[in-house]
Amino acid sequence: MIYVKNLHKYFGKLEVLKGIDCHIREKEVVVVIGPSGSGKSTFLRCLNKLEELTDGEIVIDGIPLNSETNVNAIRREVGMVFQRFNLFPHMTALENVTLAPQIVRGVSKGEAEQIGLELLRKVGLSDKAHEYPERLSGGQQQRVAIARALAMKPKVMLFDEPTSALDPEMVGEVLAVMKDLAREGMTMVVVTHEMGFAREVGDRVIFMDEGIIMEEGVPEDVFANPRNPRTQSFLSKILSVGVPSE
Amino acid sequence: MYINWGLAFESFPILLQGAVVTLELTAGAVAMGLVIGLIMSLAKLSSFRLLRLVATVYIDFLRGTPLLVQLFIVYFAFPPLFGFSTPNKWEWIAAFLALGMNSGAYIAEIFRAGIQSIDRGQTEAARSLGMSHGQAMRYIILPQAVKRVIPPLGNEFIAMLKDSSLVSIITMEELLYRGKIIVGRTAQPVPIYIEVALMYLVMTLVISRILAVVERRLAKSDIR
Repeated sequence: MIYVKNLHKYFGKLEVLKGIDCHIREKEVVVVIGPSGSGKSTFLRCLNKLEELTDGEIVIDGIPLNSETNVNAIRREVGMVFQRFNLFPHMTALENVTLAPQIVRGVSKGEAEQIGLELLRKVGLSDKAHEYPERLSGGQQQRVAIARALAMKPKVMLFDEPTSALDPEMVGEVLAVMKDLAREGMTMVVVTHEMGFAREVGDRVIFMDEGIIMEEGVPEDVFANPRNPRTQSFLSKILSVGVPSE
Repeated sequence: MYINWGLAFESFPILLQGAVVTLELTAGAVAMGLVIGLIMSLAKLSSFRLLRLVATVYIDFLRGTPLLVQLFIVYFAFPPLFGFSTPNKWEWIAAFLALGMNSGAYIAEIFRAGIQSIDRGQTEAARSLGMSHGQAMRYIILPQAVKRVIPPLGNEFIAMLKDSSLVSIITMEELLYRGKIIVGRTAQPVPIYIEVALMYLVMTLVISRILAVVERRLAKSDIR
């Protein structure tokens, strides 16, 4: 589904990604963890070209993500959920969800609304369809954002720290929606600090630090027997401060 | 010297007609400025270097030279420069052109600032859904930017209303020009110019009050 080969990314002179190789299979849920500044968000943002790659190769669903590619075509197939939700504040929840299918995919308004209402129901927000984002809590906004991405019927969903900007009591409702998605077989790449989610839902955990993949494997192994000293120290820190996990 | 204050009353209807011309001129110039400004702001934010260059040159030239000089260039230099003989009512056309082009440069900067004030995450969200740059602008960025540019646009309107007095020099019959004519005939600068100033003041005060109301309404419905 996604092939990444020797991905390098510089911000000016600063090398943020120092050669990432990875392969994400269809229906796989990959959780990317690591300290802040390790390059994990940048890696995720390269996957739908919100960041230009400096060097390397990314192939998504058979389409190489290079400069000649129609970037919009790839982005249609790759949904993204942001840390800060980024809902469109001048539109209702339903309008947020139905705009892109109409203007990008050419779906009729009626059909888009039908799909939109169905998706809002799925994330538990049927009753909020006609509310503006400012009237919604953080958790509700993030669930609308997930519905908005799903409305494009993407083949892959990218989550960039989707619960980091939420009050603790709202984290659960967003994770629940993501678990449902994983169960339905969505291919997902999730950057998160939610170790409980990683352990329960992740098929594979990738630990990144200093712009490279330090360790990867099935969650039980990585969490129980981290081999890399960096992973050990990161996990001991993050688990000892009692990050919420179910 | 005898000051005939009564002249202010006698002249009022004539000056009022001039004030109407001033308002028409200002509204027309700002309308033209809105169109030019939108085009130039998008050009300035474009990823094409040539478009950016054109916009930068246009904006720098019109903001960096005196409006009075620009007015003279349009009124006196355009006909020989582009090889046409001045049509009827040329002072009207030249006044609109000069004020509108000038206003366009300032409004371009207002729009640019408004567009850039919208959070980057909005563009990223739109693009991540597969929208093109143009679609993101049209459906996401511009509708949000419009609200933010209304207050500075109101200020631009007021500035243009005052600057429009410059076109009295090219015999455009707006408020100040009519005042000048009356003073020429009556040798009574004191009542007439004070009256002209007060009429400008009334117009700008009324407009800024209206703006204050609009801004308060916007703040109330501000969805952010």
